[in-house]
Amino acid sequence: MAAPALLLFGLFGLVPLAGVVVLGLTRWDGLGSIGWAGFANWSAVLADGATWQALGLTVKVMAVSWLVQTPIALALGVFQAPRGRLRALFAVLFFLPLLLSAVAIGLTWQALLDPSFGIGATPGLHWLAEPLLGSPDLALYTVIFVIAWQFVPFHALLYQAGIRQIPTALYEAAALDGAGPVTRFLHITVPQLKYTMVTSSTLMLVGSLTYFDLVFVLSGGTGGPGTATRVLPLAMYITGFQAHDMGRASAVATLLVVFGLGLSLLMTRLSGFTRMDSQQEGM
Amino acid sequence: MSTTVTKARHSRTVTGPERAGDRPTPPTRPGTHRRRAAAFGAVRRALTGGTTLLWAAIVVVPVYWLVVTSLRTRADFTADSPLALPGHPTLDNYRTVLAGDFTTYLLNSVFVTVATVVLTMAFALMAAFAIVRGAGSRLSRVSFRLYLLGLAIPLQAVIIPVYLLIIRMRLYDSLLAIVLPSAAFALPITVMILVSFLRDVPRSLFEAMIVDGAGDWRMLWSLAAPLARPALMTVAVYDGLQVWNGFLFPLILTQSGDRAVLPLALTLYRGQFGIDVPATMAAVVLSTLPMFALFVLARRQLVAGLTAGFSK
Repeated sequence: MAAPALLLFGLFGLVPLAGVVVLGLTRWDGLGSIGWAGFANWSAVLADGATWQALGLTVKVMAVSWLVQTPIALALGVFQAPRGRLRALFAVLFFLPLLLSAVAIGLTWQALLDPSFGIGATPGLHWLAEPLLGSPDLALYTVIFVIAWQFVPFHALLYQAGIRQIPTALYEAAALDGAGPVTRFLHITVPQLKYTMVTSSTLMLVGSLTYFDLVFVLSGGTGGPGTATRVLPLAMYITGFQAHDMGRASAVATLLVVFGLGLSLLMTRLSGFTRMDSQQEGM
Repeated sequence: MSTTVTKARHSRTVTGPERAGDRPTPPTRPGTHRRRAAAFGAVRRALTGGTTLLWAAIVVVPVYWLVVTSLRTRADFTADSPLALPGHPTLDNYRTVLAGDFTTYLLNSVFVTVATVVLTMAFALMAAFAIVRGAGSRLSRVSFRLYLLGLAIPLQAVIIPVYLLIIRMRLYDSLLAIVLPSAAFALPITVMILVSFLRDVPRSLFEAMIVDGAGDWRMLWSLAAPLARPALMTVAVYDGLQVWNGFLFPLILTQSGDRAVLPLALTLYRGQFGIDVPATMAAVVLSTLPMFALFVLARRQLVAGLTAGFSK
């Protein structure tokens, strides 16, 4: 009974995982025959400054996104946790970005941030009439902002759910012992939210490796201006599907795999996420 | 432990710290402490409340702009203030979009989403059942670990081998080329959620069925499936949302315009309408409407779907 799922997942998940490593050692234009290339792609990829730039951008997006999204999501989660009509309304509003596809979000923000006809044309908002997506210095931060717009609501939901699962008894006991709100927040809320934070951070950090759709649309498929927003997945796409060098693109993709697996392994080790699994019954 | 017991215990403990923190403090505490405590509560409320209001504006303004822009004429778009209500509201942009190939794209998206969700649900339920029933066995442990690993594989990282596979299977540029990989990548999270749900089904129920002479298939069909219905609904909605909004597989695995799903079609619209921003925004709104309808119908399920398996 486990066979159909394993077969499908094996064919399109695990085989490609091995396949990308092998393809990284070949020469292939995406259409013709595949030839052996040895480590030529790897030496080219590692010697190419563009690879390191893309890697650097990816790490930067990852770090800044985490720093921006975590406090906002935590604050929203804390605010939304108690039940109430007003809070329910906010919850509905915050859900909207989760319904839109990254393409829809990208197209909307691209038009919205247009210096001539976008939001900057509103009286009083002229300071927004900057070429935010066209400036090499600002484009990456604009992309990070739009990413936050898309994903903060999701992480706020995680924190909200996490906070709601903290037993009230803990707070009552602490209050009886004379613990103030600061102590209660630091010694009950934060430790109890540890797993939520780990889950949210893991999803955020591993997710940073996959920001493709939004950057693709916001930069018109180029990772521009210049290469200012060409993060690793986009660099891989451009190398493989636009420059028709699948071997080299596979080498870049292997970097993504190593990065992604390493990151989530590290997070699970550091956090005892696996222990959390065995805390549940069964297994 | 039965599921009802879990739920009952659950609902009693569900309360935010804010509510708990706002309880009157015991009278034994000194006044300075109480004042500091009250100040901290006020600061926290101001911080979280302020962030909430600000973020609500950041979320709502673009969505509002999207809708009013789609209702503007092209002339008004360049003349009106962006956040004002449209001077001459019109549905012409929607007519323009609907007069084109929108229905084709919509049907493609519906087919891809429904097929993927059905395939994923069926396979994932069987897999989760096998893992839970075979708990402790090596096969069960190994496959559980594989799905755990699957959660960490970035889609983008394996797209080139998937592309090669789809070409070799002669599926390139078909809707099935999107369905199969989408289902495969939806499996890990779906299996994980279903496993954690089925684990709570009391062993005695299965044993009772075995005594009655039921085989695995009958147990799956008449016990596991009905019991797992809430979880199945939840993951179906979650997977459906992911597939509906998916862009990478359609971008790389299809080519012809009449095989385009909605997110891919949106990028085609941008090329087609050029600087006609109101028409592009109308297409964006139209592509989101089905998900919005789903949201209105199944808000609880959606929220549960998005948090299930991720929170403790």
